[in-house]
Amino acid sequence: MNNTVIVRDYIIPADDFALAGEASSSVRKILTQLGVAPDIIKRTSIAMYEAEINAVIHGHGGKAHVEIDENKIFIRISDEGPGIADLELAMQEGYSTAPDSVREMGFGAGMGLSNMKKHSDILNIDTEVNRGTIVDITVFFNKP
Amino acid sequence: MTVEELAAKYGYKIATGSNENLKNDVSGVYACDLLSHAMAKVNSGDAWVTVHTNLNVVAVASLTDAACVIIPENIEIEQATLEKAVEKGVVFLSTSKSAAHICHEVLSALEKGL
Ligand SMILES: Nc1ncnc2c1ncn2[C@@H]1O[C@H](COP(=O)(O)OP(=O)(O)OP(=O)(O)O)[C@@H](O)[C@H]1O
Ligand SMILES: [Mg+2]
Repeated sequence: MNNTVIVRDYIIPADDFALAGEASSSVRKILTQLGVAPDIIKRTSIAMYEAEINAVIHGHGGKAHVEIDENKIFIRISDEGPGIADLELAMQEGYSTAPDSVREMGFGAGMGLSNMKKHSDILNIDTEVNRGTIVDITVFFNKP
Repeated sequence: MTVEELAAKYGYKIATGSNENLKNDVSGVYACDLLSHAMAKVNSGDAWVTVHTNLNVVAVASLTDAACVIIPENIEIEQATLEKAVEKGVVFLSTSKSAAHICHEVLSALEKGL
């Protein structure tokens, strides 16, 4: 891979489970084509899918911006939804405000944010009640 | 052992029809109905056993590179899910057996080195 930066932008529609995961799936395909190591692809997929699905379920939809260079992938998932009042609480495994309608589909374990934390190298969450949430995920291709 | 061989051995029905991913190699099995657990824990090549049949199962199976999804207890699979599964190349198998029974079968086939 040379220094070329690959940039992609995706729309994440609200409450549309036919399209939920498409952005993550597209990024996964790009990383596979670039020959990125399988474990790095796996970590990226987990972190990005959890952020994407949170935007679908909790954030009234949003968008994904992705930048890939020779060293890392940077993913920004942003929404203009309700925001998170207590981020520290939300980060705890098991904490979830998911409504029954999405729990019936298998969401709501309260594991998404901790999965993101575990599987990214840098996780930055900027959230404000009634303004929205920005999740920045960085995964490095080669660990220093 | 391929998905096709696993299905034939235990009489699992192939719900997604003929497709090249029936040749996927099955190297493990994972059972959980919480999608974020599955997302983190399904390994590439696992048969994933879940009672959910909604569209998100296709997304998780595809992102985790699962060998196939196995639906227990003859739970009916949503039509939209089957269509998306075919589009994404995710194989769905279905059986009357319970999740525990399926896990036992897949594990014993793997232990026998099939
Ligand atoms: N983008 C977001 N906008 C608003 N609230 C959010 C957002 N992301 C997460 N939250 C809040 O944080 C909680 C925890 O999120 P997390 O992803 O860990 O669990 P979950 O989505 O409820 O369940 P799971 O991800 O296990 O299916 C959510 O239930 C929700 O209250
Ligand atoms: Mg979540």
